[in-house]
Amino acid sequence: MQKLFRYIKPKEWGLAFVSLCFIVAQVWMDLKSPGYMSEITTLVQTPGSAMSDIWLAGGKMLLCTLGSLAAAITVGFFAARIAATLAKDLRSLLFDKVEAFSMEEINRFSTDSLITRSTNDITQIQMLVTMGLQLAIKAPITAAWAITKIAGKGFEWTAVTGVAVLAVIAIFAFLMVFVMPKFKRIQIMTDDVNRVTRENLTGLRVVRAYNAEAYQERKFERVNEELTGLHMFVSRTLAVMSPMMSSIMGGLSLAIYWIGAYLIHNAAAPAKLTVFSDMVVFSSYAVQVIMSFMMLVIIFMMLPRASVSAKRINEVIQTEPTIINGHKTEGAHGVRGEVTFEHVSFKYPDAAEYILEDISFTARQGETIAFIGSTGSGKSTLINLVPRFFDATEGEILIDGVSVREYDQEALYNKIGYVPQKAVLFRGTVASNVAYGDNGGDGYTDEEVRRAVAIAQGAEFVEKMAGTYGADISQGGTNVSGGQKQRIAIARAVCRKPEIYIFDDSFSALDYETDRILRKTLKNETKGVTCMIVAQRIGTIMDADQIVVLDEGRIVGLGKHRELLKSCDVYRQIAMSQLSEEELAE
Amino acid sequence: MSGQNTGSAQRRKPGGTGGFGGAGGRRRQGGPSEKPKNFRGFWGKLAGYSRHYLPIVITALAMAIIGTVFQIVGPNKLKEMTNEIMKGLSPGGAIDFSAVGGIGLLLVVLYTASAAINFIQSFMVATATQKVARNMRTDISKKINRLPLRYFDRSSFGDVMSRVTNDVDTVGITLNETLGSLVIAVTMFFGSIIMMFYNNVILALVAISSSIIGFAIMGIIMGRSQKYFVAQQRDLGVANGHVEEIYSGHNVVKVYNGGKEAKRVFEEVNQDLYTSGWKSQFLSGMMTPFMQFIGNFGYVAVCVAGAALAMDGAISFGVIVAFMMYIRLFTQPLSELAQALRDLQRTAAAGERVFEFLDEEELSDESGKQAALPADARGGVEFRNVRFGYTPDKTIIHNFSATVEPGQKVAIVGPTGAGKTTMVNLLMRFYELDGGEILLDGVPLSSMPRQKVHEQFGMVLQDTWIFEGTVKENIVYCKEGVSDEQVAAACKAVGVHHFIRTLPQGYDTPLNDKANLSQGQKQLITIARAMVQNAPMLILDEATSSVDTRTEQLIQDAMDKLTVGRTSFVIAHRLSTIKNADMILVMKDGDIIESGSHKGLLAQGGFYAGLYNSQFGA
Repeated sequence: MQKLFRYIKPKEWGLAFVSLCFIVAQVWMDLKSPGYMSEITTLVQTPGSAMSDIWLAGGKMLLCTLGSLAAAITVGFFAARIAATLAKDLRSLLFDKVEAFSMEEINRFSTDSLITRSTNDITQIQMLVTMGLQLAIKAPITAAWAITKIAGKGFEWTAVTGVAVLAVIAIFAFLMVFVMPKFKRIQIMTDDVNRVTRENLTGLRVVRAYNAEAYQERKFERVNEELTGLHMFVSRTLAVMSPMMSSIMGGLSLAIYWIGAYLIHNAAAPAKLTVFSDMVVFSSYAVQVIMSFMMLVIIFMMLPRASVSAKRINEVIQTEPTIINGHKTEGAHGVRGEVTFEHVSFKYPDAAEYILEDISFTARQGETIAFIGSTGSGKSTLINLVPRFFDATEGEILIDGVSVREYDQEALYNKIGYVPQKAVLFRGTVASNVAYGDNGGDGYTDEEVRRAVAIAQGAEFVEKMAGTYGADISQGGTNVSGGQKQRIAIARAVCRKPEIYIFDDSFSALDYETDRILRKTLKNETKGVTCMIVAQRIGTIMDADQIVVLDEGRIVGLGKHRELLKSCDVYRQIAMSQLSEEELAE
Repeated sequence: MSGQNTGSAQRRKPGGTGGFGGAGGRRRQGGPSEKPKNFRGFWGKLAGYSRHYLPIVITALAMAIIGTVFQIVGPNKLKEMTNEIMKGLSPGGAIDFSAVGGIGLLLVVLYTASAAINFIQSFMVATATQKVARNMRTDISKKINRLPLRYFDRSSFGDVMSRVTNDVDTVGITLNETLGSLVIAVTMFFGSIIMMFYNNVILALVAISSSIIGFAIMGIIMGRSQKYFVAQQRDLGVANGHVEEIYSGHNVVKVYNGGKEAKRVFEEVNQDLYTSGWKSQFLSGMMTPFMQFIGNFGYVAVCVAGAALAMDGAISFGVIVAFMMYIRLFTQPLSELAQALRDLQRTAAAGERVFEFLDEEELSDESGKQAALPADARGGVEFRNVRFGYTPDKTIIHNFSATVEPGQKVAIVGPTGAGKTTMVNLLMRFYELDGGEILLDGVPLSSMPRQKVHEQFGMVLQDTWIFEGTVKENIVYCKEGVSDEQVAAACKAVGVHHFIRTLPQGYDTPLNDKANLSQGQKQLITIARAMVQNAPMLILDEATSSVDTRTEQLIQDAMDKLTVGRTSFVIAHRLSTIKNADMILVMKDGDIIESGSHKGLLAQGGFYAGLYNSQFGA
C-alpha cells in the first residue's frame, strides 16, 4: 500500500495537507457545538434568562454546524480529487507498462489478470483513498481531541466510556478472527460453484448424451450446500452486530445519566448545575469517541482487501520489460526482406528445457519459407522471435543484416506484416481495422485498403456487408465469422506494405479453396515480399521455396516438398496423415 | 442529553458503510443501470417463489417492529429520568433515587429486549434469505440441463454463470440487509413522529418542518448527482472495454505500431473517467455530512423553540431532551429508507434476471413416451424426409432421406462452418426436427424419451470435455457398475493405459486446470469414456489441427477400434476416413448438398469432387 503512495504527486500531497487542516477545523467545530448545547441547556435551566441569549447560543451552534458541513464538503472535494488523480495516474502507468511488456511478461500475469489489475483493482484503491482521507484521518483526531475534553470531568464517566470502547473493540476483534477468514472461503466456494456450472455448460452435449444430468446436479448440490453454509454462518453472525452496537450506544447514554444522578446528588449545591451541563456535554463527547472507534475499525477491515489490490498493482509496476529498445532505423545497405537465424536457441527463463535449439536458416527477398511440425515442436515460438515477442536466449536473428535487438522497435515493426493464429479485430469499421496502426507513412488511402482486402479475398463478403468498408466491427470481431475475421487480419498485413509477412497458422480458418487462391494472389500481387508461414496443412506449404521441419525444437528437415518427402521421416509422416499414398505418388 | 450522532450510530449496519470485508465489498456499485423492468411484478414472484419461508420472514418483520417500538419508547423514559435528575438541581430539591433506579432498570430491560428481538429477527431473515438463495442456485443448475440447446445458441455461458453467482449473491445480500432495515426504518420514522406529537405538538411541527427543508435541499443535490453516477458507470465501461481490447490484442497493437494511438485513446478515456469519478465520489461523500447537518439544524430549531416554550413553563426540560433524541430517530430512517429502496431496486434487477432464466421454456415433458427399441437393436438408421432449421425462418435441411444399414460408417464432410454438427444435434435429439422423421431400427426417435435415444449413442466430440475429478471418474463418468478392469481394458484399447500409469497417482490422479494433459491425451480419455459406455451406435468428431499429426494417428487408431461393429457417424477431416466410409454426407452452408460413396461422388464431379481436388491442386 505505502508503495503506491509514491505515485501521489507533490500537488496532491499539498491538497492532502490542506484537507488535513480542514479536517482539524471540522473536528474543532464538531466538538465546539456540544459547548453551545450545554450553554443552551443552562440558559433554559436558569430562570429569567433572556430569549435573545438562547438565540445567540443557537445561532453560534448553527454556525459551527454549517462550518463543519462546509469543511466536510471541502475535505470530500479534495479527497475525491486526490484519489481520482492517483487512480488516473496508476491506470496510465499500468497501461504504459503493459504496452511495453513482451509475451513472456503477459503470459506470466495472463491477460485477464492484467485487465482486472488495470481496472477493478485501481478502483478499489481509489475508493479506499477517498474513504481513508476523510475518515482515517478524522477518526483518530476526533477520538483524541474528545478524550482530552472529557478527561477529568468525572472518573466514573470516563471509566464507563472506556468500557464501551473496549466492547466495540472486542466485537470487532471477534469478527476479525471468526468471520473474516470465512469471506476468503466464500470466495473460493463461489469459484467452485462457478467451475461446476461452467463444466456443465461447456459439456452440455456430453452431459446429455451420457444422461448424466443427475450426476452433474449432485455435484452442484455439494458445492452449493457448502457455499450456503458459509453464507449462513457469516450472515447469522453479522446479525449480532447491529443490536450490539445499538445496545452499546444506548447503554452508554443511560449509564452516564444514571451515574450523573449520583454525581449531582453528591455535588455541593452551587456546583450542581455545572455537573449537570457537564453530563450533557460528556454524553455527547462519549458518543463521538465511540463513533470514531467504529469508523477506525471499519477502515481497518477494508484494508486487507485494498492491500491485496495494491499488491497486485505493484507487481505489474515493478515488473521490468525484458525487451530493450535498440536505436537503428535502417537495415544494412542494399538488403531488403532478408531474414536470417544464426544458431538461435530459446528457453523460458528458469525453464530447464529448450523450446528451440540451434536453429539456422536464411530466407531471401521474395522467398516463401514455411515451418511445419507437430504441436509443441516450437514453430510458433520460432516465428514469434522475429517481431521480438520473445528474445532469443542464444544466437542472433538478423533482418536485412542487422540484429533485431539493435533496431528501434518501431522501425523493426515497419518491416513486418504479422498475422496471428487467432485473428484480432478492434471495435471500429472494416476499413479502420485494415488501415490499423502506423507504418511510418501518412496512413492509407481508401484505394490501398480496397486493394488489400481484395488480395486477402475479402472483397466479396465485405462489399456484401451493410456499409461495405465502413461496416461496423464489434469488439473482438464477434459479428463476422472466423474465416472473415482471418481475411480482414490478412488484409491488414497486406495494407501495411511490409518487407516480410509473418503468417502464424493464419490460413487454418479458411477452406482449402480460399486458402489456395489467397496464397496465389498474394504471391502475384505483392512480389518481393518475403513470406514466413507456419502451417498445419501440407497443402498450404507444398509449394514453398523452403520448408523447415521442426521436431522437439530442432530442425529435422529443410528443403522443398519433394526432397523432404524422400529425405525426412517426420515430414513424410505428417504428409501421409493428410494425403493418401496414391496422391503422394502422383 | 443527546449527542451529535446518537441516531446514526444506533443502527449502522457494518455492511451498509460499503466497505465491510466481503459482505459490503462484493456488492456491485449501485449504478442506475441496474433498473428492474417490473418492480412490483418481481416482488409478487419472489413471494411466490419463497412461499415456504414467508411465515418466517413475516414473523421476523413483526418482531422487528416490536423491537423498534421498544427503542422508540427509550427516549421517553430518558426524559422522565432527566426530569427526576432536574429535581435535584433546584435549591432544596432532592433526587428520588428509587425513581431514577426504576427508570434505569426499565431502560436496561427495554434495551436488552430490543437487542435480543432484533438479533433473533436478523437471524431469521438471514436464514430465510440464504435458503432462498440456495434454492435459486439449485434451480438454475437444474434448469441448465432442462433447457433446449437452442437456448444456448443465443445466450453466452458467461451470462448464465453470472446469474448463478453474481445475481443470486446480490439477491441474497441485499434482501438480507434491507428487509429488516426497511421495516425498522419505517417503524422508526412513524413511531418517532407519533411520539413527538404525543410530547408536544408545536415542537413536533418545528422539528419535522426544519428537517424537511434539509431533505429538500439534499434531494436536489442527489438528483443533480445522479447524472454523474450514470457518467461514471458509462466511463468505467468504456475504459474496461478499451483496456480489454488493447491487452488482448497486445501483439497486433505492438507489431502494427498501434501503441501511440491506443495510448491517445486511453488517455482520453482515462481523463473522462477521472472527471466523472471524482464528481460522483465527491457527491456521494456529501451525504453523510449533510445528514449530520440536517440533524443539527433540527436540533437547534428544537432547542430554541423548546427553550422559548420551557421559559413560558409550557413544557418541562425533559421534553426538550426527548425531542433531541427523537429528531435523530426521525431523520436517520429517511436516509436509510432511501438506501434501502435503492438496494431493493438492485434486488429486483438481479432477481428478475434469475427468474427470467428459470422461466425459460424447457424441453417438452416426455414421461408419456413409452416407445422402446426392440431388445435386439441392431443400429439401423433411416432419415425420412428430414426438414430442419435452427431458426424457423431459415430451413437449412430441406428434404433429406437416406438409409444407413447396421454397422455402416457414415462420414460427414464439408468446409468449416458448413454445419456438420447439425447432424449430431439431430441424431441425439438435441434439437427437434421441423418435419420428417429419423428412425432407429424402425422406431421414430420422437416417440422415444430422450434418455433412451441417448443410451443408444456413444459420443466423442472434438472439444474434449474433461471435468475436475480423477482420471477414473472421467472415464467411468455416470455409468454405474463399471469395474476397474473394464476401465483399464478400455484405456489399453485406446492406448493411454501406459501413460495413465506414469501419472503420479495412476488412475486416481486428479485432473484439473493444472493437469498437464495434452489436447490429444484428453481426446483419448474421452474416447475411453465412450468405450466404457459401450453403446450400439457412435458419433465421432475427428481430431483436427489442434492436435499434432502423430497423436492424431493414435486417436485415429483408437476411434477405428471403437467403430468396429457399431453404426457410426463420423465428422471427418481425414481422407482415409472419408474414402472408407459406406456413405458420405457432404454439407455446405448448413445443408446436405450431396450424399453417396467416395467414388460415386467423385464421378458426379460436384462440390465434393471440387473440395477433394482443391487439397492437392496448387
